[in-house]
Amino acid sequence: MSDMMDDMEEGGEGVVKKFMFVNRKAPHGTIYALEGLEVVLISAAFDQDVSMVFVDDGVYELIKGVNTKGIEVKDFSKTYRALEGYDIEKLYVEKASMDARGLTEDDLIVDVTVLDSAEMANLMAEQDVVISY
Amino acid sequence: MLHIVNKSATERNSLESALRMVTKGSAVLLIEDAVYAATQGSVAAAKIQSAMADVQIYALGPDLDARGMSSRVLDGVKVVDYSGFVDLVTEHNSCQSWL
Amino acid sequence: MKIGIMVSEGPYNHQASDTAYLFARNAIEKGHSVPRVFFYHDGVNNSTKLTQPPQDDRNVVNRWSKLAEDHGVDLVVCVAAGMRRGITDDILAPGFRISGLGQLVEAGIQCDRLVTFGD
Repeated sequence: MSDMMDDMEEGGEGVVKKFMFVNRKAPHGTIYALEGLEVVLISAAFDQDVSMVFVDDGVYELIKGVNTKGIEVKDFSKTYRALEGYDIEKLYVEKASMDARGLTEDDLIVDVTVLDSAEMANLMAEQDVVISY
Repeated sequence: MLHIVNKSATERNSLESALRMVTKGSAVLLIEDAVYAATQGSVAAAKIQSAMADVQIYALGPDLDARGMSSRVLDGVKVVDYSGFVDLVTEHNSCQSWL
Repeated sequence: MKIGIMVSEGPYNHQASDTAYLFARNAIEKGHSVPRVFFYHDGVNNSTKLTQPPQDDRNVVNRWSKLAEDHGVDLVVCVAAGMRRGITDDILAPGFRISGLGQLVEAGIQCDRLVTFGD
């Protein structure tokens, strides 16, 4: 491992940063939704201040009632419900993205906080680290 | 915050979404195919120009050059090189890539 | 400043790896450090020693290896994403190592900035 990272570890104990994971892509057409979720689950072990936001087609990741048998891929939608058990509870969706797709909170598999674009913008601006897929 | 957009505005909605979620005083850097949005006559030109009231828009010069677009940059868009890209990342408190 | 980088796409198919490399090289030239580059999704494909691109164009994999050799940049390939795509220890180019997603989170915590390059 790089010496630089070793040096940093000594000062890194107890640092809590605001991490935001931005999901803007629909599930299954690409792997970003699934592999993005895997990062979030790992992040839980680091005791950081984690938010997940769903914007544009990312809101489709949270739709309930999916059945992936026909396309023969793993159904990972229930994993979003497991996030709470990992203390990942801050899930936000953008209202404009939901409206543009004819979706309401009732269509979603987990409880979320709906933000308008300005609120989402402010939340993003507060973050220390933003990881996008 | 520095918002980095890399896809053409006519291919993807990432520029549109980024501009919906910038706060006043932020900056938007267009790289790779997104640089087309910073050119005269582009579909995104009007959006870029109206965004300039609240945020500074930058475009990555080498990407403009590679696409033959350097002489068509919209007034008010600042062209930076990779060194300028690095400065933008360090000068803003955080960055977000809109992919 | 310490600037961490995430590369989410493979070589040649997308410009992401090129832009990330040029960004990293410039950051180092300006006196910043790039302690880690984390390769995720198809980005893991930047790590294989098996590529044979045309001689008259840039060698994306070798450039990363050289950056690691010259400046100590830690090139980390995600183990889960790598396994999905057939990246194993025996085919890694110099300077790359396989490790877990925690290395990405750690880079976010310990660097001053984390920049993502993707599709």
